[in-house]
Amino acid sequence: MPYIPNTDEERKQMLEKIGVHSFEELIQAIPEKLRLKKPLNLTSPLSELELTQLVNLLASQNIDTQKFSCFLGAGVYDHFIPAAVDTIVSRPEFYTAYTPYQAEVSQGTLQYIYEYQTLICELTGMEISNASMYDGATAVAEAILMAVRKNRLKKAIISPTIHPEFIKVIQSYTAGIGLELIFCHTKDGRIDIDDLTSKMDENVGSVVIQTPNFLGNIESMNELEKVVHSNPKTLLIVSVDPISLAILKPPSSYKADIVTGEGQALGNNMYMGGPLFGFFATHKDMARLMPGRIVGATVDVEGKKAYTLTLQTREQHIRREKATSNICSNQSLCTLAATVYLSLLGKEGLIEVATQSAQKSHFLAQEIAYIPKFSLCYPETPFFKEFAVYCPVPAKRVIQDMLNKHIFAGVDLKPYGYDENTLLIAVTEKKTRTELEEYANALREMHYE
Amino acid sequence: MSKTIFEISVPGCKGVTLPPRDPDIPLDEIIPQDFLREKPARIPELSEIDVMRHFIPLSQKNHCIEKGLYPLGSCTMKYNPKLNETLVRNPAFQNLHPLQPESTLQGTLQTLYELQQDLAEISGLDKVSLQPAAGAQGEFTGIRIIFTYHHSKGNTHKHKIIIPDSAHGTNPASCALVGYNVVELKSNAYGRCDLAHLKSIVDDNTAGFMLTNPNTLGLFEDQIEEIASIIHSVDGLMYLDGANLNALLGLVKPGKIGFDLMHFNLHKTFATPHGGGGPGSGPVGVCDKLAPFLPVPLIGKNDKGYFFDYSHQNTSIGKVHTFYGNVAVMLRAYFYIRTLGANGLRRVAENAIINANYLMALIKDYYHIQYPEYCMHEFVADSTWQKKEYGINTLNIAKRLLDKGFHAPTVYFPLIVPEAMMIEPTETESKDSLDAFAAAMIEIAQECKENPELLHNAPLTTPVRRVDDVLAAKLLDTSFPIKD
Ligand SMILES: Cc1ncc(COP(=O)(O)O)c(C=O)c1O
Repeated sequence: MPYIPNTDEERKQMLEKIGVHSFEELIQAIPEKLRLKKPLNLTSPLSELELTQLVNLLASQNIDTQKFSCFLGAGVYDHFIPAAVDTIVSRPEFYTAYTPYQAEVSQGTLQYIYEYQTLICELTGMEISNASMYDGATAVAEAILMAVRKNRLKKAIISPTIHPEFIKVIQSYTAGIGLELIFCHTKDGRIDIDDLTSKMDENVGSVVIQTPNFLGNIESMNELEKVVHSNPKTLLIVSVDPISLAILKPPSSYKADIVTGEGQALGNNMYMGGPLFGFFATHKDMARLMPGRIVGATVDVEGKKAYTLTLQTREQHIRREKATSNICSNQSLCTLAATVYLSLLGKEGLIEVATQSAQKSHFLAQEIAYIPKFSLCYPETPFFKEFAVYCPVPAKRVIQDMLNKHIFAGVDLKPYGYDENTLLIAVTEKKTRTELEEYANALREMHYE
Repeated sequence: MSKTIFEISVPGCKGVTLPPRDPDIPLDEIIPQDFLREKPARIPELSEIDVMRHFIPLSQKNHCIEKGLYPLGSCTMKYNPKLNETLVRNPAFQNLHPLQPESTLQGTLQTLYELQQDLAEISGLDKVSLQPAAGAQGEFTGIRIIFTYHHSKGNTHKHKIIIPDSAHGTNPASCALVGYNVVELKSNAYGRCDLAHLKSIVDDNTAGFMLTNPNTLGLFEDQIEEIASIIHSVDGLMYLDGANLNALLGLVKPGKIGFDLMHFNLHKTFATPHGGGGPGSGPVGVCDKLAPFLPVPLIGKNDKGYFFDYSHQNTSIGKVHTFYGNVAVMLRAYFYIRTLGANGLRRVAENAIINANYLMALIKDYYHIQYPEYCMHEFVADSTWQKKEYGINTLNIAKRLLDKGFHAPTVYFPLIVPEAMMIEPTETESKDSLDAFAAAMIEIAQECKENPELLHNAPLTTPVRRVDDVLAAKLLDTSFPIKD
């Protein structure tokens, strides 16, 4: 039997040692009538070779982004991943271990989490990071819950330019505590600052802003921050693209209180959207209100430097219904990929990835703006690596036509409540100039009326 | 101790090269200077070999399944098949964007569709959502479904969920997140739910009951039918924390013994790796009447192929993940189920149960066992004898096991057993390996008597000695102070 090492003979010996004649005696506690009488209805077992053949067949039904040129973003990005990342995350010592409960035999995991936390702090400018959340959506949802723990104010203002799926997850996570969610208006693809100003009052516990936002635009955080902190109790929660932080101002510079984001872009494959991971960082004075695991440095009995899980009294296994979060398993291996990725790229490499993504996306945006009947939705608004385009026909049709030319043209914004002619296009450093020109040419040749 | 990656950084070093810039537009011409970072983030600079020589030795400081038994009770640390690791790395799975047209995702969608079907069959429930990212998020999703179900019927007064005192911490935490009051149910002298107590706390305000079965003591809740009828009599719903499903595969279908909904832990039962703490995956299965509330989208199938099914959008609890959950984990679970088939899965449960009982038989004369009956896939021993006689507690025993090349059991859980050591060997351990673990446990029992100092000082041979947790909380040193 695959993955079961005991032979029938050994099984017999073991039953003997236990003191029973048959396996059935061991499950006496299960009332007879509750037991399954016939085998599960599953397809027959496959050998290693047969499974490989089946899986190859399944895989051949996919068309991946190595086959077609990918301009899709909206939270998950096709950045380049150096080979050594997988070599390290493929180490059984890392991937078959679990949460580092026994610190003495988990220093490998604990140290990389400590390094990961440091990298997140360095990128965001914050003081303390946790060891990860499930994804960018739950990270921002948990941030809102943390703000409630901090100031007890049950009203949150949500920027309408944050990822629409994040909003859905926020709604799921905050319904239980009866949080009032207020949405402000947009102007030119960003938050309408006047509208935000008019909605601020003393009961607003947090304001949630994504930058670069769902549409790719960079929010004017300096001005927004002043409005948010006009109430000294209100916490500014941001969701940021970690790659953008190589070239954009860190959230600490605009006095963010809680910084979250989707970390997939840091060295993790897209896998149709998961696993992802959420990062979560804040100020140290709120450490005890944080969700999730945190690793701290300490020493062992001989005074040797060591790492361990810390501030566990916040967590579900100790505080149960009073815990700061219900999270237990997180996305640890994804943060290892991120840590290795950043270590390989280094200071200059990360800047290069961010810069080239910005350069190439702006180049393509310019090219598209020249195409008759196409225009940028927000020509005056600065963006990072993603931008919205207004097409002469529904985006859905553009996507289909471009698919025929082996290009994943972008994300149709209609399902998210935008005009059906809007297309969201993401460009990473992976795109060559030729691909960008081919994209623009393909669009031009559509001759849409 | 290894230096941190920040201390071995060498300015100018690079671990990867990127193509030259083309087009090369000055940054400040495309993004206003105001938004640009002034001082670069101090990401360490290393060559590829430096990176390898940092992380590989780090990995070697970990215990892992390939090194030896990892009997963390409740976590099902079974062997993770290497074939699944290879197959999941197929570029046609790795390089899929979640928002590609469905026509280009058919292989992965088919796989997930079939996994939904398989989990429904295994659990005896009707419909499965794969979206939750881990067990705890599965719980949250399930309890949100319970909440939405009651509200859809206008039963907004139902404000409490009952949970046994032996439950995992995520259970009450997930209920609280949904906004429920948690009422704790006592266990009886047999380590099962105390029915008299249950009857006294169930009332019309009861929204549901959350049970782990087999429970965290490794015992099957044999009164399950009566429990279900009590809960159902007040229109409460029966939720199964499926963390221990490994013991039931092919033996019992939770949906057929009284449960209305449950979550699965793919990273436990279905052999997907634990990843040093994650990612896992916590699909939720429900009976028909709860299907309208499942998260969107499900994976559907029609004559055109497989698709993201949003048809129940208006009744759904909404979403718990940005996209569809931890897809790469689901793929591995699917491969595992395909490899084992129905008989294989049943053999998994049988061998998990035999292994646990065998191990218990080997050590029961040396360690106290509060509920000494045949167990399912795990059992809870404790060190109350050792504590009373020699002043040795469970923590000391756990640390000594590390010296002997084993991971420790789950300790001090469940909370209802003092000095608990929750031991789950899993079916992937051989008899020899169980014999070796038992020998180590027995040796330790001997050491408690003959050389208790050894236990107080343990571990002695691990990469670091006993770690000072109190100091860690006091220092709160959670990131390295990088020097410019
Ligand atoms: C009984 C039980 N329930 C729930 C959980 C939570 O699962 P996860 O860690 O996948 O969130 C665990 C595992 O850690 C468990 O053992």
